[in-house]
Order: sequence, then structure tokens, then C-alpha cells
Amino acid sequence: MSEARTPGDPVIEVRSLSKRFGTLQVLRGVSLAVSAGQTLCVLGPSGSGKSTLLRCINFLERPDEGSVYLRGERVGVHRAGSGRERAMTDRELARMRTRFGMVFQQFNLWPHLTVLGNLIESPIHVQRRSWGEVMAEAEALLDKIGLREKRDAYPSRLSGGQKQRVAIARALAMKPEVLLFDEPTSSLDPELVGEVLAVMRALAREGQTMIVVTHEMGFAREAADEVMFLDEGTVVETAAPDRFFGSPATARVRQFLQRYA
Amino acid sequence: MIENFGIVLGEWRLLATGLFNTVWICALSGVLSLILAVFVSLLLVSSRHGVRRVAQGAVDVMRAIPFLMLLFIVYYCLPAVNVRLSSWTCGLSALVVYNTAYFAEILRGAWAHLPREQTETGHAYGYAGLRLYHRIILPQIFIASGPVLGNQMITLVKNSAFLMVITIPDLTFMANQVQAIYFVPFETMLIAVGLYWVVCSTIEGTVRRLDRIAAVRGHE
Repeated sequence: MSEARTPGDPVIEVRSLSKRFGTLQVLRGVSLAVSAGQTLCVLGPSGSGKSTLLRCINFLERPDEGSVYLRGERVGVHRAGSGRERAMTDRELARMRTRFGMVFQQFNLWPHLTVLGNLIESPIHVQRRSWGEVMAEAEALLDKIGLREKRDAYPSRLSGGQKQRVAIARALAMKPEVLLFDEPTSSLDPELVGEVLAVMRALAREGQTMIVVTHEMGFAREAADEVMFLDEGTVVETAAPDRFFGSPATARVRQFLQRYA
Repeated sequence: MIENFGIVLGEWRLLATGLFNTVWICALSGVLSLILAVFVSLLLVSSRHGVRRVAQGAVDVMRAIPFLMLLFIVYYCLPAVNVRLSSWTCGLSALVVYNTAYFAEILRGAWAHLPREQTETGHAYGYAGLRLYHRIILPQIFIASGPVLGNQMITLVKNSAFLMVITIPDLTFMANQVQAIYFVPFETMLIAVGLYWVVCSTIEGTVRRLDRIAAVRGHE
């Protein structure tokens, strides 16, 4: 909770997280930590548990074992003043999730709302911030992603790349402490990938704390502070991008990189 | 023939009263049904098995019986168990109950087709419970089902013609009065049908507008 903290403390810390679906063990004791302003890229073959890991961090999936800490606060577990712990209610979890921004592979914009409506929806109705402040920030975010002219358009009228940029702006409008990206470019046409990665690179440079599950090796190499490789639910290797791509420590990563190179 | 139309139009007050009654009782029962249907649709997707079964059973029964039968049950059978309602109350409640079942089923269907990701994204952005339903789910359900609800509304208007059998002075009832007084059935019915057509095509126009909204806002 409010223990004494030092500046180097991680924004997000995951300790030996495990998750199984039926008989399928998807995550086997995954741990990680991301400090403020850092970008962690999670790589790995499909089915390695990357997306599940991300969804367990903000408890869209409840992990079976292990714990997640957001700035030292346990996610998904309510701790009373007496020190008694219990699972958070849906409402408590919902409130905590507003401190994460999540960007999905399939965008998942709210189709009944305009671009601007998507940006201000949760800040106004969940975070209960003042309308004027939220509007001003939303307009600034639209400028930032270069979609000011799409302000009043509905999502169905946007290209895939535009949708994903709006989805990123929607996440940023929450002023999240950490941004979670779940394969944000995987469902985009190749020529639209660039515009989304450009926005993400800018965010990484500005010191937004991010965890990015991706297949974009180029992005991981340039924008990540650290790269983590996941295979069959286990962390195989975590290293700085230079090391990871230059001289990987494990045969598994070497093999993976060869296939992609 | 022309003079017969003249006779019927001479009784325009009766027909206007009938039209007015038809329009307001349909509008009121449409609105009430829609409000009730929102709550019934929540029962239809309840996580409690028992609640869901009972609600779905009730809805299915309503949708299986002819509206005229429901009307008779309310009008003739309730007094047998000492529930006495005015014909207006009978007519209105029968229309509301009947259409609530259809509307609720339409809303449930739209909900079932709402992508799971929409709910999940709501969760990720801090929504839960009633707020999730009110801000994220319900607007999308309404947009998706708008055209179908509109069509059901047209069925409601046509069903309302049965209300004449329990002596509610609706358009059909009044038209019947006029033709019985002057023995001009063809001209009277032609005019009444024309009036029904105007009401229904007004709704049809709204349906088309809802279609256009759904085309833009009904999917990502």
C-alpha cells in the first residue's frame, strides 16, 4: 500500500504469475518489472501466453497464482486497514483498471460514439473529471495523433490505422500510469502499421510507461528499453534490445530471431 | 360513390376521434413496453438460471398466443377472479404485456450479437455493473435493434385494431360505427385503411432513419 518508496520503484511489478484455462497451462510463474518511463516489449511465438499475461496484469483475466502491483498496490486484492485481504469486487477492480490504459489488437472502439466521444467517455463517466478539462485534453490528443478533422466521425468511417490511433488516444485520455498494448498492429494492413508505430514511438520517447506485446521486431529494437521473450508461458530471456537482438543468451531466442530475420 | 365519400367525410369527427385514440394508445403502450422490455431483457440474460428460465418461459408464452386471445383473457377472464378493469385499462395492459415480450426478445437478441469485446473493453476502461450497461451496452443494443423495434411497432398498431372488440373507440371501432349508420362500408373502410397506412408509413419512415443510423453507428 503506502510503504516508503524510492524513485527507482517499478510502476508495474508482476510476481510469479500463473494462469491455466482448463487443462492448458498458459502462464507458468511469469515475473517482470517496469520502471517509470520505460517501455517493455514482450515477444514470443503465438500461443506463448503474451496476451494472457497482459490481460492478467489489469485483471481482465484473474490469474490463478502470483501477484501484480501497480505502484506498490496489489491489483485485484483489497487490503483493509486491519491488514485483512480479500478479492476486489467488480466495482473496485473497475476503478483500479482506470489506472491502466489498454489498446487492443482489434481496436474495440465504441461504435455508438464519435471519435471525440470515445476519448471523453471514461474520463467523464468513470473518472468523473471535469468536462472542460477532459475536452481540452481530448482536443490536444486528437492533434497529437493527427486526427483533429475526424473529431466528429464515427469509428466505422475510419481506416484501421486511424482506429488504432484513436484507441491509443482513448487510452491516453485516462491519464494512465501504464499503457498496455496487445498486438496493436497485428490486424492492420501493412501500409497502415507505420502510422500507429510512429505514435507509439513518440510515446516511448516522451517517457510514457508501456508494456507492448508485439511481433514488430523493428519497434522492439528501436523503442524498447527492455525486451522479454515468452515461450510456453515461461520467460525465456529478458534483456536490453541491443543484447537481445545482437547476442541473445539462449538458443530458443536465437532460433526465433532467425525465423524472423 | 363520390357522394358516399362525402357522407363518410361528413363524419370526420368520429374518424378523427378514432384515429386519435389509436395513435395515443399505441404510442403510450409502445413507450411503456420499451421501458419494461429493458428490464425484462435483463432478466432474460440473468446469471441466475431460475430467473432466466421463468422470464424466457413467460416471453415465449406471450409470443405464442394470438393478441386477440390475450385480449379476451384480460377482458373476460380477469373479472371471473374478481379483477375488474375498465376496457381502456384492459386494452392498454394487453398491448403493453404483449409487446413487452416481443421488445424484450428483440433486445435480448441484439445483446447476444453484441461482440464480447465491447463488454470487455468497458471493463478495461473502468465500467462495471449498471454503468457498463447504461453507457456501453444499452446504447449499442438500441442502435442495433432500432429498425426491428420499429417494425414491431407497426405490428402493434395493427394489433390495436382488435381493441374494438372490447369496445374501445379506436379507428376500427369508429369506422365500423360510421359504416353501420350510413351503410357505406366500402368508402368508410377505404378511408380508415388510408389512415392506418399514414400511421404505419410514418413509423416506416422512422425505421428507415434508424436503419441509416445503425449502418454508421451499429458497428466499429
